[in-house]
Amino acid sequence: MKKLSARRRHPLAALVVLLLALAATGGLYAAFAPAEKAQADTSAQSLAIEEGKKLFAVGCSSCHGLDGQGSSDGPSLVGVGSAAVDFQVGTGRMPAQQSGAQVPAKRVVYSQAQIDQLAAYVASLGPGPVAPTKEQYTSTDPNDVAKGGELFRTNCAQCHNFAGKGGALTKGKYAPTLENTSPKHIYEAMQTGPQNMPSFPDTTMPEEQKKQIVAWVSHTNDEPNPGGLSLGSLGPVTEGLFGWIFALGSLIVVAIWVAAHTTKAKKS
Amino acid sequence: MSHEMSDEKLPESHGSEGHEVAVHGDPFADPGLPAHGPRRTDIDERAAKRAERQVSLLFIVSMLATVGFIASYVAIDIDKIVYIFPLGHVSALNFALGMTLGVALFCIGAGAVHWARTLMSDHEIPADRHPIEADDELRADVIEQFQTGAAESGFGRRKMLRNTLIGSMALVPLSGVVLLRDLGPLPEDKLAHTGWELATPAKPLKLINMNTNEPMKPEDIVTGSLTFAKPEGLEEDQEIFQEQIAKDALMIIRIAPEDLKDKTSAELGFEGILAYSKICTHVGCPISLYEQQTHHALCPCHQSTFDLADGARVIFGPAGHPLPQLKITTDEKGFLVATGDFQEPVGPSYWERP
Ligand code: FES
Repeated sequence: MKKLSARRRHPLAALVVLLLALAATGGLYAAFAPAEKAQADTSAQSLAIEEGKKLFAVGCSSCHGLDGQGSSDGPSLVGVGSAAVDFQVGTGRMPAQQSGAQVPAKRVVYSQAQIDQLAAYVASLGPGPVAPTKEQYTSTDPNDVAKGGELFRTNCAQCHNFAGKGGALTKGKYAPTLENTSPKHIYEAMQTGPQNMPSFPDTTMPEEQKKQIVAWVSHTNDEPNPGGLSLGSLGPVTEGLFGWIFALGSLIVVAIWVAAHTTKAKKS
Repeated sequence: MSHEMSDEKLPESHGSEGHEVAVHGDPFADPGLPAHGPRRTDIDERAAKRAERQVSLLFIVSMLATVGFIASYVAIDIDKIVYIFPLGHVSALNFALGMTLGVALFCIGAGAVHWARTLMSDHEIPADRHPIEADDELRADVIEQFQTGAAESGFGRRKMLRNTLIGSMALVPLSGVVLLRDLGPLPEDKLAHTGWELATPAKPLKLINMNTNEPMKPEDIVTGSLTFAKPEGLEEDQEIFQEQIAKDALMIIRIAPEDLKDKTSAELGFEGILAYSKICTHVGCPISLYEQQTHHALCPCHQSTFDLADGARVIFGPAGHPLPQLKITTDEKGFLVATGDFQEPVGPSYWERP
């Protein structure tokens, strides 16, 4: 106690007071000078771009070129926009672990903050689809599910299967299942057309319809399966296979058992 | 081996006629029927009673299950979802109905089998095989009856009867022709034309986006995108819609002009926007598994693969023709339009297809 009061005036006290005063001045200035606010935002933006550029140089430039202009190992990223980055990096597809017919989704290695910085940098290379906001892919209208189902069957079901469980394409490529894809990433995939998926730009599929499709996919994923044992929802092939192998197989086994198992009393 | 066989399994004679070599323990001899052995339930009254009880128990379980079926139908709420281990979240009603009905049916079957095996009479009844041909007497009889029948019917005498019968028999196959005429030359050129035939250079038809029901401008179609379209004027509430869309459906893609490999195809399109028929030329499945990087379109039915950058040439699979391409351009307002029908018939190959 005594010691403390003796040293009440800490050697750094002057510095603390100075800092407080500076902060107060800065705060007052910021409060009374709203015109400068935009300026501050832009600098945050340019900071993100700066950070993104560094991340890009380390993680992406070996394939996409130092300035994202593309190389023989990766396409140019000029004009792909932030939506594409958010999708590719956010689902773990990028950085790709190896080249091949298809780059699969895997563990995500960047934090969302880093992804945003990368996206900001790539978006600065050229205008492209912007990553959607939550309102854009979150539907509130209960009718959206029904409308989305119709749109899904017209535009998506041919590759992703009628229940969104995915399907095979040519030469080792495939349309992945949508079960574990977040609404934002589904939306972004439609916007940007990742890998071999065609894109569905707002000009041919308005935002509203994308939202409806997302609503339907989420609904389908959450919905319990009334019959149980969906067999992957892959349709007649798995169901038929299951019927032939397990149902008929067990009937045959029972028939053999019935015929082979004698009821004769053992002599002796 | 042979000394273990009981005597009744051995053949009666051993080929002592003189011609055959008597083989001791002939391996191909007719083994006859195995000795009839009693079942436990035949000799042990207690076992028989037990089997009886088991069978009735199965039948009683079946009855209970049926009662359970009715009870769950009445009692369980149709929206109730429960978690059941290997199945996951399922409808409680579906599960209960399936389970109880399954148990009810299974127990009837199992009870019947158990009953037949343990308690029903167990005497082997051999049925010898006979030649399939009837004996001469029977055949002569049948032929005679046929002739009598023919004579009595007066088929040979009553010419009018005979002729009308022949006539009616000859006409019956016509109904088949009526039903199946779509497979033959009768539809004439119906299959060769689609709804786009209404389009002329003077009165072009707009391409309508199937999502928005709006016409499109070239700048709406982004490279790498996929859009489905129908002809202007075809509406979903029309009665002919399904029949028409089966021929008219388009998939619209845009390929960077330098990636286009086929000159004619590029000319049919508009600045790299190509409109292909969505109907597979194999047996007519709708195809649109379009890969925007390779420009291949895959048919899910039999894996025909078309290279849309090369005039939809078939690069794999059973399809015999490339996908027909619609010639498109823009009208004075800048909307994408067609000025005529496909140059070849869309859909599967058929005899008259050029
Ligand atoms: S219908 Fe397209 S491959 Fe058979």
